[in-house]
Amino acid sequence: MVNLWIIGIIVAVVLLIIYIYNSLIKLRMRVNNAWSQIDVQLKRRFDLIPNLINTVKGYMKHEKKVLEEVTKARASLVSGSMQQKVKASNQITDALKSIFAVAESYPQLKANENFKMLQEELSGTESKIAYARQFYNDSVMQFNEALQVFPKSIFAKIFGFKEREFFATKEKKERENVKVEF
Amino acid sequence: MGIYEEIASNKRRSFFLIVLFFGMVILLGIVLGFYYGSELFGIIFALLIGLIYFLFSWYGGAGTILAMTKAKEATKPKYAHLINTVEGISIAAGLPKPPKVYVIEDSALNAFATGRNPENSSVTVTTGLLEKMNRLELEGVIAHEISHIKNYDIRVMMLASVMVGLTVLLSDFLLRSFLWGNRDRENNGFTLLLIFVGFALAILAPFVGEVIKLSLSRKREYLADASGALLTRYPKGLADALRKIQNDPDPLVDHANKATAHLFISTPFRKTKSSLMKNIFSTHPPIEDRIKRLEAM
Repeated sequence: MVNLWIIGIIVAVVLLIIYIYNSLIKLRMRVNNAWSQIDVQLKRRFDLIPNLINTVKGYMKHEKKVLEEVTKARASLVSGSMQQKVKASNQITDALKSIFAVAESYPQLKANENFKMLQEELSGTESKIAYARQFYNDSVMQFNEALQVFPKSIFAKIFGFKEREFFATKEKKERENVKVEF
Repeated sequence: MGIYEEIASNKRRSFFLIVLFFGMVILLGIVLGFYYGSELFGIIFALLIGLIYFLFSWYGGAGTILAMTKAKEATKPKYAHLINTVEGISIAAGLPKPPKVYVIEDSALNAFATGRNPENSSVTVTTGLLEKMNRLELEGVIAHEISHIKNYDIRVMMLASVMVGLTVLLSDFLLRSFLWGNRDRENNGFTLLLIFVGFALAILAPFVGEVIKLSLSRKREYLADASGALLTRYPKGLADALRKIQNDPDPLVDHANKATAHLFISTPFRKTKSSLMKNIFSTHPPIEDRIKRLEAM
């Protein structure tokens, strides 16, 4: 009878550990998926930039510097650690902003269908990056929280789960300040 | 209540609705079978019809709804902005893949989401909404619809529609078979009771079904507002959008009817003066209340 009790308790503990392990794995997978989602969008923007440069080049003869900056920032994105990517990504965002700001003074360029399409696609991708980053940070927060809460914290240490880093932006409240009126 | 609890509870509700559906089908099979002399035959017959009906609605329900509202799939470049917005917010919500995007040519301001799960879902907006909302307001509306998808509201709502459709169909069938059925059978008390129950069911079922459907829909509007605001991190966007919808003189969507009304972000029919009866049978909570809650966030 006592043996039965002991076996029961061992089984329950093993099941609990399996459950905790699986839930941590699930959370970590979500973080990884979220990160690859950012990557997908960064890649998309990476691919769109040459098209933009080609379209804009003919109109903006006197703005070589702005275009060069975008190209340079794009080149630094190719591959690297997370911090490098974050930095390069923020640089591209800034460089693109200045291209579109300069484009305001070129009415012919603004009327160009191809440019309009690229502008919509790039700003769409820009907000997708922001959303992907938001989802990534949400996932990281949940994962890190799970690693710190007892009793998961004990098993997280035993199984060697490590906390993940947030994807930081320069301006925290960026999204709230942007106001686009039509 | 967190979003994961809500998803679990919606899956439970869906399961319950499916059980209720087949329970009702079996019950009707028994009644029919008793009336025609073989309960077993009645049950098998009803289950077969019920299963076919269920599979058709499960896999074809969303398509039927889209066809009923005359929604057309949105394409780039014309609707590039709308498609990008939907894709962006579905990334924020962590959906496995972005829902399909549809547009209804209608000057009214409205939108809805449908489908059986996040993998097979769609978001539909009217062209009026696209014209009159700014970027932030459109994001608010889309985030509300994506929340319906993520929370599995779309599944519960679709199953509720299936249930109501079935009760209407079957009660119609029951009444007909009682009116035109076999009258030579002996009329003992039990048969009379069954006929009475059948009649009561036939008369009450559609009514009860409607009330169930409506009470489900109203609570989830608040939750979709809240989780939508969490996606855009900007509750004011949806609040402004709802105010625009409220002040719009043309709330009517031409191809909306009672079967699709509960899907829309705001009720697609003409507004009437508020009253208790209106509250019980309304498909949506009052917009002023939703705006107040969003502004308090």
